Amino acid sequence: MATETLTLGKALNTGLRRALENDPKVVIMGEDVGKLGGVFRITDGLQKDFGDQRVIDTPLAESGIIGTAVGLAIRGFRPVCEIQFDGFVYPAYDQIVSQVAKMHYRSQGKVRIPMVIRIPFGGGIGAVEHHSESPEAYFAHTAGLKVVSCANPQDAYVMIQQAIASDDPIVFLEPKRRYWEKGPVDLEAPIADAYPLHSARVARSGTDATVLAYGPMVRTALDAATAAAEDGRELEVIDLRTLSPLDLTAAYESVRRTGRCVVVHEAPGNLGLGSEIAARITEECFYSLESPVLRVTGFDTPYPAARVEEEYLPDLDRVLDAVDRTFGW
Amino acid sequence: MAKGDPGAATRSKRAAPRTRRAAATGEPELVQLLTPEGERIESALGPDGTEYRVDFTDEEYRGLYRDLVLVRKLDAEATALQRQGELGLWASLLGQEAAQVGSGRALRTQDMAFPTYREHGVLYCRGIDPIMPLGLFRGVDQGGWDPNEFKFNMYTIVIGAQTLHATGYAMGVAMDGKTGGEDGEAVIAYFGDGATSQGDVNESFVWASVFNAPLVFFCQNNQYAISEPLERQTRVPLYRRAGGFGFPGVRVDGNDVLASYAVTRHALDNARNGQGPSLIEAYTYRMGAHTTSDDPTRYRIASEVEAWQAKDPIARMKAFLTKQKIADESFFTEVDEQARTESVHLRERVLAMPDPQPVTMFDHVYPNGSPELDEQRARFTQYMESFEGSAH
Repeated sequence: MATETLTLGKALNTGLRRALENDPKVVIMGEDVGKLGGVFRITDGLQKDFGDQRVIDTPLAESGIIGTAVGLAIRGFRPVCEIQFDGFVYPAYDQIVSQVAKMHYRSQGKVRIPMVIRIPFGGGIGAVEHHSESPEAYFAHTAGLKVVSCANPQDAYVMIQQAIASDDPIVFLEPKRRYWEKGPVDLEAPIADAYPLHSARVARSGTDATVLAYGPMVRTALDAATAAAEDGRELEVIDLRTLSPLDLTAAYESVRRTGRCVVVHEAPGNLGLGSEIAARITEECFYSLESPVLRVTGFDTPYPAARVEEEYLPDLDRVLDAVDRTFGW
Repeated sequence: MAKGDPGAATRSKRAAPRTRRAAATGEPELVQLLTPEGERIESALGPDGTEYRVDFTDEEYRGLYRDLVLVRKLDAEATALQRQGELGLWASLLGQEAAQVGSGRALRTQDMAFPTYREHGVLYCRGIDPIMPLGLFRGVDQGGWDPNEFKFNMYTIVIGAQTLHATGYAMGVAMDGKTGGEDGEAVIAYFGDGATSQGDVNESFVWASVFNAPLVFFCQNNQYAISEPLERQTRVPLYRRAGGFGFPGVRVDGNDVLASYAVTRHALDNARNGQGPSLIEAYTYRMGAHTTSDDPTRYRIASEVEAWQAKDPIARMKAFLTKQKIADESFFTEVDEQARTESVHLRERVLAMPDPQPVTMFDHVYPNGSPELDEQRARFTQYMESFEGSAH
């Protein structure tokens, strides 16, 4: 097994390179994705090796990126669009929600839009406003889109290739503050045999409470589990990976064992993914629950100024606090 | 209607005899080859000196007339069907037949069209059964056709969104190496005067320009965006917007099927030859309501409509055919009869359209499906079945 240690960002870069190699119809497009290699360097070196017809620096207009990608998809291409930051996706919102998401439905299956919309999302990097948002609920709420998020380099490498190979339009959320975290990546295992894209996975087994997280919060949840273990409490951490459709099979099984569940995300709590997840777990695991499903989320404020983002973002202590509350019910 | 290349245009700075130079007459700056009175103008110059002319055979002239009449009659039938409750809505093209037939017939087989929701005439000229979009307006589907099969995309209701799709598709044509010759592919994007205010349309201008996309922007300026007149969208003639984006623009008499054909054929051929995008502003008038839900008497006066009535695209073509003895009364009667027969046929088929089964609302949400949706469908099916045998 050819395992290499890569950062999450480099794993994405390597996955994109593989996708470009494997299918001549794959094109990458976005602002600064060419020569610069993207502001986070996720597309570093790709234009140099694949040319400016495959890795396209676009004009600076997000609706234009997604709208032209729709046309390219109708033509038979597989566009991989980069939105530079979460807070800049909104000009493209109409194209994503009204066009990308509905084309297959409206055409009764005759038009496929095999598009991947990559969005670096979430906070924790000390950025100015509009650079730290978590817009996943907007997309997960939209029928016709699928939404996934990777949390570690191995998944980043595999999931980006799976998303590109899928004929579904997929919003691919990248945990930008984890871009620099390193982990082992198996570069040789065939993607066809990989763990399915739209499946959650247990990231750490435990018996006392279940913590559900995705994207940047998986690391936070795992750190919380490590800390809890020192206090003699074993948390099971599930990396949801797919936000639409949700895959809660493992979560149901886990909560039926533990009787306690905490959902963690950076996005505001009100009508966030956690609300839907809590409702479903309550429906499916009602008689097993020892306490209500609790949510640890960002607050219902705009994303705050960077100097207070640490207090805004769920962290290890807030996760453990919620776990404690499930025991005190 | 097979055509050779009767719309060949040449660039010429020198005005030929009987050549009308756009803007030289004090009239709106538009290319015209057939006056409202049915007089033929041999050629007309565009703002950049391009000379436009057509050289149709008598059979082709008659064919264009037939298209215009058929398209108007089918449109009227659809309006009637809406009034009788058989369609939920209809967006009539009344008054815009020449712009649509002219541009539609200018397309070559390999060209791709991106319509709004009013391009019934273009659809007809693509050889598509006019029943195709009526499912959308009856409410039994949302389009449901394959753009690549018909080289005609699904109707787009969100104003201007399709111009970006057309631009991306045209970029793809260039990336596929399908430009640069007679057999090259070109793309046409339809939109209206209101759409020119949309960000998407302006973004598509930028994209098409910088990527030199083989694309013709075909703006039917029908003077109104529902109730809002052109002056609410622009302070300059729309075709001049093109200059700011770096490609040519031309205004054509959109009620003149010959000129509409000539400028569109020229622009498409430029695009397919690798010369990039251009903008055509087809200056016309929406004679009817925006849609059947609209009441234009609230925002425009009858005399304005009457003035445009005098520029009717079909009347001028009929006058021309009559004067030139290209067609006689028996031809006109035969065309009217064909239009009547086809509209009756259309009506019968609309009335026979079945409502979809409710459970089909779950179909085709995703190419690869979704377990969540499968579960919802199963529950819904079970719920519906619980009524079976009951009085409800």
